[in-house]
Amino acid sequence: MANPADRLIEGRTGAWEIVIGLEVHAQVISNAKLFSGAAADFGAEPNEQVSPVDAGFPGMLPVLNGKCVEQAVKTGLGLNAQINLTSVFDRKNYFYADLPQGYQISQFTQPIVGKGEIRIDLADGSSRMIGITRLHLEQDAGKSMHDQHPTLSYIDLNRSGVALMEIVSEPDMRTAEEAGAYLKKLRSILRYLGTCDGNMEEGSMRCDCNVSVRKPGDALGTRCEIKNVNSIRFVMQAIEYEARRQIEIIEDGGTIKQETRLFDSGRGETRTMRSKEEAHDYRYFPDPDLLPLVLDPAWVETIRATMPELPDAKKSRFVTDYKLTPYDADVLVAEQSVAAFYESVAKGRDAKLAANWVTSDLFGVLNKRGLGIDQSPVSAAQLGEMLDLIADNTISSKIAKDVFAEMVETGEAAGAIVEAKGLRQVTDSGAIESAIAAVIAANQDKVAEYRSGKDKLFGFFVGQVMKATQGKANPALLNSLLREKLAG
Amino acid sequence: MAELTDLTLAAARAGLEAREFSAVELTKAHIAAMDQARALNAFITETPDLALARAAESDARLAKGEGGVLEGLPIAIKDLFCTKGVLTTAGSHILDGFKPPYESTVTANLWAAGAVGLGKLNLDEFAMGSANITSYYGPVINPWTPHAGAAKGPLVPGGSSGGSAAAVAARIALAATGTDTGGSIRQPASFCGIVGIKPTYGRVSRWGVVAFASSLDQAGPMTRTVEDAAIMLGVMAGHDPKDSTSAPMPVPDFRAALTGDIRGLKIGIPREYRVDNMPAEIDRLWQQGIEWLRAAGAEPVEISLPMTKYALPVYYIIAPAEASANLARYDGVRFGLRVPGASLDEMYENTRAAGFGAEVKRRVLIGTYVLSAGYYDAYYLKAQRIRTLIARDFEAAFQKVDAILTPTAPSAAFAIGEKMDDPLAMYLNDVFTVPVNLAGLPGLSVPAGLSADGLPLGLQVIGRAFDEATVLRVGGVLETAAAFTATPARRG
Amino acid sequence: MALDKATVARIATLARIKVPEADREALGHELNNILHWVEQLDEVDTADVPPMASVVHLTQPLREDVVTDGARADDVLKNAPGAAHGFFTVPKVIE
Repeated sequence: MANPADRLIEGRTGAWEIVIGLEVHAQVISNAKLFSGAAADFGAEPNEQVSPVDAGFPGMLPVLNGKCVEQAVKTGLGLNAQINLTSVFDRKNYFYADLPQGYQISQFTQPIVGKGEIRIDLADGSSRMIGITRLHLEQDAGKSMHDQHPTLSYIDLNRSGVALMEIVSEPDMRTAEEAGAYLKKLRSILRYLGTCDGNMEEGSMRCDCNVSVRKPGDALGTRCEIKNVNSIRFVMQAIEYEARRQIEIIEDGGTIKQETRLFDSGRGETRTMRSKEEAHDYRYFPDPDLLPLVLDPAWVETIRATMPELPDAKKSRFVTDYKLTPYDADVLVAEQSVAAFYESVAKGRDAKLAANWVTSDLFGVLNKRGLGIDQSPVSAAQLGEMLDLIADNTISSKIAKDVFAEMVETGEAAGAIVEAKGLRQVTDSGAIESAIAAVIAANQDKVAEYRSGKDKLFGFFVGQVMKATQGKANPALLNSLLREKLAG
Repeated sequence: MAELTDLTLAAARAGLEAREFSAVELTKAHIAAMDQARALNAFITETPDLALARAAESDARLAKGEGGVLEGLPIAIKDLFCTKGVLTTAGSHILDGFKPPYESTVTANLWAAGAVGLGKLNLDEFAMGSANITSYYGPVINPWTPHAGAAKGPLVPGGSSGGSAAAVAARIALAATGTDTGGSIRQPASFCGIVGIKPTYGRVSRWGVVAFASSLDQAGPMTRTVEDAAIMLGVMAGHDPKDSTSAPMPVPDFRAALTGDIRGLKIGIPREYRVDNMPAEIDRLWQQGIEWLRAAGAEPVEISLPMTKYALPVYYIIAPAEASANLARYDGVRFGLRVPGASLDEMYENTRAAGFGAEVKRRVLIGTYVLSAGYYDAYYLKAQRIRTLIARDFEAAFQKVDAILTPTAPSAAFAIGEKMDDPLAMYLNDVFTVPVNLAGLPGLSVPAGLSADGLPLGLQVIGRAFDEATVLRVGGVLETAAAFTATPARRG
Repeated sequence: MALDKATVARIATLARIKVPEADREALGHELNNILHWVEQLDEVDTADVPPMASVVHLTQPLREDVVTDGARADDVLKNAPGAAHGFFTVPKVIE
């Protein structure tokens, strides 16, 4: 029986280990492309963001965009990786309609960033380190569309030449969950750094999954590569399907053919990629139109100095300083803007209460309306003000829910709403005592039943007093006074 | 009118300045020459109307007392430079109809200096060749013919800048641009009795020049005198931020370097350049050159460049390798010829098979092979290591000498049709010029004498990196001493 | 290094140049001659000699991250043998 803790899965012939390595292509946030002055934005009309350099015209030459170098170094630092002060650009030679030069400018033997690692957090609260093998800069290819015409494919070169960081992990992952956690953490780091927006649906972050299986202790199995998977959920599905596919083949007595596959998200299956059946000979050689890239270590240090606090460090700080659970901290640091929002609310207030309101009430509204934190109808300042009203007993937590709902609808401040609707909590014991006295007087029979042992009737009395005070009685005070009065 | 086409750039510029004639007259004279010499097949595209329009603009500027260094001077451009809106073919079928939407940096510099463009000159296809016989547009004919009795039919002008050399020698253009990857400026200059200089790698921008071998290609002027070469190089050269390999070096006044004074300079004579089967007359000319320089106060010093014999095979690995990647963009998708195919790959294969000539195909295939899996270390890396040794040879030599003197080519111009059976025989034409490209150094060819058949022979001066000034100065002294006044029989 | 017909075919495919079956042997010979000639380089001892990175003794210059090009779809498409609706067109690829 495979023990989940061993990260194995069960086949017909026993337990299997899945070995997973991920190659992520992340589009670099920059104004212009890696080697040309055309814009790198998404969504323009076809071929409107194309320089003759990107289109591989005769006589055109590449010149390296310094910002892209900076973004790669920043990312490398965020991955705790070695920055290679000397790196070289190589030509990767192959033919395809979306590759105008007939080669991609990439980095093969000497990438700009070397070995690093990131920590991933799993649902059971455990975490582990996943190694990064390398990160290099390379050109993106254009886009081909094969479904617009019966006999023609259409080519748009807007994306041709946009800067990509290829981030290669060590084959350290063993489950689809780990792969998902790795991608979430990587994406979070990239977004924190502002080096890639991590938007997989738009294609600014794409993942190739390398999957193989083996019996524990055996040598590595033959791996298959599943290319260009464009969501974390699909990556996890693809890995699970592919692992099962490979296990079945082997258990049936077959061998795995090393090949490149695609994930068909409609069917939830991987299938062979026709055009990649033949092994490519890329004939890498250093690009003679470019010179070796040499970085000044002092410059690398200035980049290090501009790094923001990254998710792991922020999470640690939230746990230590705000006494949050790791789970809550995780949720809050997933997005840098959410973390900033939270801190703005939590500073000088009950951090735990703030966390609850943000992760449960606010997120509930945002999710329902499909909004990001930047479009929140309630600002951090406004939420903070509301928490202050709870803290000084102006309103109860229960009333706060109503106030919050009103804030979301109207965008008004909490204080104004409380005043306008007269929601101030009643904390005057005299007023509550009067209300209690009235309820007791009107329900003598129930008072008798309560005093004779029917404890659950307490709730009835609470409800009645609340009703009588339009819900504004301070619950704690109500409770203690009611007990006193009912006791006789 | 005929005399106008006999002027040098310098004299013509002075004549325009002195209003002895107009730019339009000067251009008309050259257009007439172009008409008369069409049989040489030096041009692929003639642009007489554009030329006359530009000449008129030059006259307007000159009348106001303005005007650039090359104002109103009719020159022609090797069809390897992208000229905006004007057909640019690289001598290849695969660039049929290609009109670039951009201007190369070099030609932009020339137009900004006021030059008048007569048209685009014929060349070996994609600059691959030493005889200008591989062009899709047919061979170029050398305006020089050997003495009667030695006739073997029309001669090659050398290559790949054969059209450029022929046009300048035949007085169709006052000057021309060329490019030099393994000798393609210097060798045709030698075969056609004109001056040609390949500048230091990085001195002249490659932006907009159709790439053959990126680490070797350099553009340069082809002219009738050393002074003209200095003038034109001053306009062509300069740092270009659009070319990552362009050197951020200021451009000296090359013309001012032509003092004629080489006293005390040490001139290296490399023993390895005395190759087997070297024609006696070329050796004699070399000796004569050494004497001329000695008489002018320089000191000949024997030097050794031990790696010399490996330069050609190194070149024929590195250049085709780079070319195989540089020519991958000629695929029928975005410009030029497209031969249909049932699939994308078939279209590629059909287009490139039909579009490239035999020599280009040979080199692309060799290049693909030497980069391929299993062979990269043995061929490409090995060649690059030996290239380092070749460069070190020169560095060591230049510790002892200031310039190096060699013959430019191992023969005079040969007949179209000779050396056709074996590509290797053709490659040997570049034996003296190729090492200079591998080391990235400047090299100049000056016409120094005539062969027994009456054909031009050139001498080559090689200098330190970015020291074109010394190279031109030494060249100027050779030119004065040689007093080469012969002109070709066939001309415009 | 002998180039047989199969190797010529493989290289021709890598280079996307159609070489008809009938021409492969002759082409193989030509290429073999050249390759045999360059093999003399094996004579040279290159232990500890680094391959030349560039004849330019400089390092890669960087450009500012400013948009200076593009917005010229017409220029980019006007030489195309096949174009439609702002795209380049090629024979359909089945993936």
